[in-house]
Amino acid sequence: MAEPLLKVAGLQAWYGESHILHGMDFEVPKGEVVTLLGRNGVGKTTTLRAIMGLTGRRTGSVVFEGRETITLPSDKVGRAGIAYCPEERGIFASLTVAENLVLPPVVRPGGLSMDELKELFPRLWERASSQGTKLSGGEQQMLAIARILRTGAPLLLLDEPTEGLAPVIVQHIGRILHQLKERGFTILLVEQNFHFAASVADRHYVVEHGRVIDCVPNAGADLGRLKSQLGV
Amino acid sequence: MPPLPVLMGQLLLGLINGAFYAVLSLGLALIFGLLNIINFAHGAQYMMGAFVAWLLLTVTGIGFWPALLISPIVIGLFGMAVERTMLRRLAKLDPLYGLLLTFGLALVIEGLFRQQYGVSGQPYQVPSALQGGINLGFMFLPIYRGFVVIASLVICLGTWLAIDKTKLGALLRAATENPSLVRAFGVNVPLMITATYGFGAALAGIAGVLAAPVYAVNPLMGSNIIIIVFAVVVIGGMGSILGSVLTGFGLGLVEGLTKVFYPEASSTVIFVIMAIVLLVKPAGLFGKAS
Repeated sequence: MAEPLLKVAGLQAWYGESHILHGMDFEVPKGEVVTLLGRNGVGKTTTLRAIMGLTGRRTGSVVFEGRETITLPSDKVGRAGIAYCPEERGIFASLTVAENLVLPPVVRPGGLSMDELKELFPRLWERASSQGTKLSGGEQQMLAIARILRTGAPLLLLDEPTEGLAPVIVQHIGRILHQLKERGFTILLVEQNFHFAASVADRHYVVEHGRVIDCVPNAGADLGRLKSQLGV
Repeated sequence: MPPLPVLMGQLLLGLINGAFYAVLSLGLALIFGLLNIINFAHGAQYMMGAFVAWLLLTVTGIGFWPALLISPIVIGLFGMAVERTMLRRLAKLDPLYGLLLTFGLALVIEGLFRQQYGVSGQPYQVPSALQGGINLGFMFLPIYRGFVVIASLVICLGTWLAIDKTKLGALLRAATENPSLVRAFGVNVPLMITATYGFGAALAGIAGVLAAPVYAVNPLMGSNIIIIVFAVVVIGGMGSILGSVLTGFGLGLVEGLTKVFYPEASSTVIFVIMAIVLLVKPAGLFGKAS
């Protein structure tokens, strides 16, 4: 396994009185696509939010590029180089597509240029002056991914990017993730769609009751074990 | 039909009042729309702006033009301190708590100024460059009052452009919708909130400086105008920047016309309009229904 870009150890998180994560342990090696798989409500989304500092209380350790980030507020986590694409996409209704696209600040060099984004997401340019939330679901997902690619953050946290999308859009997102991986981005992906996850990931972590219960490489016989764990 | 000079005179008076309504309601709408704070201390901040200009003149000899810059900065910094030390603690509670806090704060500030300076107005001279007037044939236009209207328009237009057309404005609008996501993008949202409240307070401060030569500088000037300004914001649509500006000028003119045609209703016409608007369009003329 390559050197971990992100190392999560004993991560616990709460929403008010609800204890959601009970000690998540996993690593995301540099340049890999890693998925968190599991049923609804096991804590996958909360894990991403806890890494970003968006949950109420959290304990444990989140080390990014060798630096502990568990005590940092979420803006400092973002500035450190972790970009987040939320499950609900987070497109701002009061902003146009173009404004949504350039909203997140560039945190370091190495992000995609506007020309590169235009090549990857041509449809967004045709609708640059439209209100962000007037786009279709697929286009909104493209916009949510595109805007974090500008920032130069080397680690992308993507929360269910294929949820509710047509198969053709899901395939397109899969191709984009492959291209991003080729460009050196590291991706932590939360997915319900096992087949999509299997088509893009290097390894999978299976989550249950707020804990990682297994780590499965995305290859051969191990996938059978993963399928039986997920019941797919 | 009243004589033309009387009509135009009242319209000018209405326009000047409207200019103050517009700048003050702009600050209120900005603070409510972006921060969800019902800032009842806005009138007190307006009064403090006028007093800072008056104190600069009487204590240090600093005149109107530097005061036009210094006073909003002082009031803006005061506003930032209020946000940082008090309002921030209420951020996750119902906006009603912010209203109660700022209402109490306004009473305390007003009380302190009353105790120190009494309730009789302090005179503030019109700057020499803006003294005199222009005879328009049908009426005499005092230059300073014309300046107030133009300055208000420039302030309102500049603020609207900054919110609507700049990257900073886009960040503010986005942070209004989803502050935690904007923060996760690496933006220091708490600092932005403090700065926005400070800017809103500074708008009240600048209105206070502009008002100093028109009205007497006195501790009650804020409480006299704030209820009308709140009515303007409600009619324009809570949080609508464009709505508050257009409504501010429009209602100033309506008030002026009422003084000509039915003076008895001039102090209530704005509240009658507010009641009608609330019945017909509860979100306000330019507000979006939630």
